[in-house]
Amino acid sequence: MPETKKYTPPCYSIALVSACALAYEILLLRLFSIIQWHHFAYMVISIAMLGYGASGAFLVFLQKHVEKKFSLIFLTNIALFSMTTVGCFLIAQQVRFSPEEILWDAGQLPRLLLLYLLLAIPFFFAANTVALGLIRYKKNISRIYAADLIGAAAGSLAIVALLFLVFPSTTLKLLATGGMLAVACAWLELKCAPRSLALLFALGSLFPFLFPEAWTQPAISPYKGLSQQLQVSGSRIISEHSSPLGLLTVIKSPVVPLRYAPGLSMNATGEPSPQLAVFTDGDGISVITNPGAGRETLSWLDQTPSALPYHLAAIEKALILGSGGGMDVLQALYHRAPSIDAVEMNRQMLDLVKNVYGDFAGNIYNRQEVDIHVAEARAFVSTTGKRYDLIQLGPLDAFSAASAGLYALSETYLYTVEALERYIDRLSAGGFVSLSRWIRMPPRDTLKLIATAAVALENTGVSDPHNQLILIRSWQTSTLLIKNGRVTAEEIAALKKFCRTRSFDLAYYPGIHGTEPNRYNILSEPFFYQGALSLVGNGRQDFLDRYKFNIAPATDERPYFFHFFKWRILPEILSLRGRGGIPLLEWGYLILIVTLLQAAAASVVLILLPLLFYRAGKKKQQSIHGKGKTLTYFFSIGLAFLFMEIACIQKFILFLHHPLYAVAVVLTGFLLFAGLGSAFSSHRILARQDRNPVALPITIIAFMGLLYIFFLSPVLNGLTGGPDILRISLTVILIAPLAFCMGMPFPLGITTLSDQTPGLVPWAWAVNGWASVISAVLATLTAIHFGFTVVILLALGFYAIALVSFPQTASGE
Amino acid sequence: MDTRSRNILFLLLFPLLFFSSADHALADRYATARRNMVLEIEQDVRDTRRHIGRESLMQGVMVAMATVPRHEFVPAASRRLAYANRPLPIGHGQTISQPYIVALMTDLLQVDKNDRVLEIGAGSGYQAAILAELAGAVYTMEIIRPLGEKAGKKLYKLGYNNISLRIADGYYGWPEAAPFDAIIVTAAATHIPPPLLRQLKPGGRMVIPVGTRFMVQQLLLVEKNTAGEITSRQILPVRFVPFTGGH
Repeated sequence: MPETKKYTPPCYSIALVSACALAYEILLLRLFSIIQWHHFAYMVISIAMLGYGASGAFLVFLQKHVEKKFSLIFLTNIALFSMTTVGCFLIAQQVRFSPEEILWDAGQLPRLLLLYLLLAIPFFFAANTVALGLIRYKKNISRIYAADLIGAAAGSLAIVALLFLVFPSTTLKLLATGGMLAVACAWLELKCAPRSLALLFALGSLFPFLFPEAWTQPAISPYKGLSQQLQVSGSRIISEHSSPLGLLTVIKSPVVPLRYAPGLSMNATGEPSPQLAVFTDGDGISVITNPGAGRETLSWLDQTPSALPYHLAAIEKALILGSGGGMDVLQALYHRAPSIDAVEMNRQMLDLVKNVYGDFAGNIYNRQEVDIHVAEARAFVSTTGKRYDLIQLGPLDAFSAASAGLYALSETYLYTVEALERYIDRLSAGGFVSLSRWIRMPPRDTLKLIATAAVALENTGVSDPHNQLILIRSWQTSTLLIKNGRVTAEEIAALKKFCRTRSFDLAYYPGIHGTEPNRYNILSEPFFYQGALSLVGNGRQDFLDRYKFNIAPATDERPYFFHFFKWRILPEILSLRGRGGIPLLEWGYLILIVTLLQAAAASVVLILLPLLFYRAGKKKQQSIHGKGKTLTYFFSIGLAFLFMEIACIQKFILFLHHPLYAVAVVLTGFLLFAGLGSAFSSHRILARQDRNPVALPITIIAFMGLLYIFFLSPVLNGLTGGPDILRISLTVILIAPLAFCMGMPFPLGITTLSDQTPGLVPWAWAVNGWASVISAVLATLTAIHFGFTVVILLALGFYAIALVSFPQTASGE
Repeated sequence: MDTRSRNILFLLLFPLLFFSSADHALADRYATARRNMVLEIEQDVRDTRRHIGRESLMQGVMVAMATVPRHEFVPAASRRLAYANRPLPIGHGQTISQPYIVALMTDLLQVDKNDRVLEIGAGSGYQAAILAELAGAVYTMEIIRPLGEKAGKKLYKLGYNNISLRIADGYYGWPEAAPFDAIIVTAAATHIPPPLLRQLKPGGRMVIPVGTRFMVQQLLLVEKNTAGEITSRQILPVRFVPFTGGH
């Protein structure tokens, strides 16, 4: 293999590897969300990303060999990346890790560690590929980094498209194929001989398709809803549908009917109608119900707390948010609502109910009373001009995950103060917002909702919110009603009759007497009543402070409705570990903390220790001060880049009306323009060698960041009703200058470093990789506690630190 | 018996003696573990008395917990953990509940020697065995065939002749054996099946653990009074007050 000309960097192959690596990261998150639960997936993938940092440490030792055998090392790395994408996943599937048992069984920890190591390997090779380019082609650093970023931008778009087109298991094979095609591409770019061998690599790229399909199918945890359902005699999968929003699995269970009716009254006599189950990512059941021949067969739909509004007022226009399999729509039809708007974000779910299983579902989505809308719920409410007698939002999350507190990190804009204000704004006079949640003990979601509702009413100018709220509960679900207007005596009479005949408990209504709650589903204390009474009145702040869970209202700035954790109760809960205390732990938040601690510990082991050993073995040393500055610079820009990117994705989610668009447009936009910025940076540095070259880009970043903080929300709110193309274009225009400048500090730093102390380039790469991993976790933690504005401010702070620690200033030392 | 014959006999019997004594040692170890488990449950009950409304569990329940060989109901691989106060996986995505929760649920049912008890979700068969120590007749149903068959064999081997097991959909209960004094529904349910409520005697009790396989969040105690009216009680199986101070 002849060594090639040094200054023709293999940009296409680097871009292809970066595209596959970014797509692989998102794919792994999808695969492990299917296999386990989303937040364990988040933890596993976050730690696996340390493969990037470990790559830098590895190359510190290897860099002297890079010059001699660059082509061989470069090609081998890409080939190993390709092979390990599939290989490591196949091995990881065999690791019997059960996150549910982790607090009971210390034996799960080594398995978790093994998962981290396995999944870090492909990222390690991908990172090596880019870093090798940076080490070898010192004069073309900006081009290589640009190729890396632009490749990643293409990868982020490609994975969204691929997940719509093929199943995750096939996507995995395609990414391995992409990796091997990168080998062929690199072979040609490096002008290796014989050139025809590239064809062999291209043919070899089909190797993943030799594996049986069953090997790459995600092995779903036996404790997830789908696995449990499949244990039931006769249950079988009748179809599967993949999209980036989730893997939908439709189950038929002819022998033992599904009978999904959460919150059903204990007085109900009817059995739920025949149903098909739709599981999202192996959990989060939604059902498609067969309405049967007569109205009577659906009488059970009148026996759940969510049926209450239909008994208080004549519902002419109903809006069902998150209509899923259509149970709430069926409930509205049962109550003869003449006009129903059903909003569902997942087009595939709508298609199942409307077309694929339309006959089974009684063609409810084709009925003239029903209008269906593919839209994100909050966006629909923000843009519709209609008013409704009822806006209904059921529990869209799975009970099992909700009860374990696994949604703590999921930002949701459905339950924020601003969201409830929008819902109230869309009500006709006397209309109701109906919000149903799973009951958790001690209460969390329901109380947070009532606090949110009270604040939202106050914000809309209501001075006595306690007159506009009703809360009832069964043993399993609660329903909160927010009325546009005062609750009347007639409504209270109807409410009492509704609850009495169904044995539902009154938890709150205006004028409730202390003897009324806690009659049918008895708690040791009337927690819901006590909470509601305090939260709708003057005692709200005191109650929020005294309550052991965080039930303060979520806002658009801190949209973490499911974050209930308070640090001060951790010791108490841990002391109750064996005595039934574990369900009190809010897992989602703790996973975030554990991820951060693990990332810090793993960074020391994988990145810093090897580098310290390396330092100890070297005779010629740069001054500690200089090295510290280098480390600070690359650490700061690693943190700053992701802080800014994550904050921007969040800021644009509401504006782009869909989290998928937000991630695709913002992430792609960021990476693409950062890539272009990187390519441009080489011109600047030639022109202004006498000054700190990052001064201008960082000044522009600071200016843009401050502009975002003060003006972004008003601008976005003003234009939220505009057409898709306008909103997407505006997003790109707003992101472009910021991202363009954010793409410069890294290549400028590396270029300077490779001129002065080339031995530190892998180190810089490692530290930057490490910072990227912990910044994702730190940014989320910051947003949970302080909001996204603080995340942007911190990003600007990190850029300021980068400005003063630019390695060029170390050269004179 | 000559010396040679005696030696041969000794050689033949020695392993038996060895294994027999090993068996005894193992049995002793399990008995000790069981006693410790019972002590631990007693302590947990004292700690949670405010929420479960009792200082101690029924004597009969504790005797049953001290009698039934829990290790027989867990897979061989996790037998060493059989008496730890934790749930254990038993395959097919199912678990054997934490001993403390088993004891508490059994106590809530207030079973006596003349009672007929229905269990929906036999699982390993352990809960049925505990109930069989207390009740006149136990009817247990399991929907997952391999689990049901395994539990049936185990209960038969251990000599529980007052347990009837059926592999079937538990939603409709066991009408031929109804009405029941107590019903326990350990299989996940999104609602309480109306047929089970009908099969509960007036004055009868039903217990449903709510939560995930490894985390029981609360226990639902359903009571049917003598007039046939139904109420439920949601019991947090842990000593935890959600408010601090001033309450």
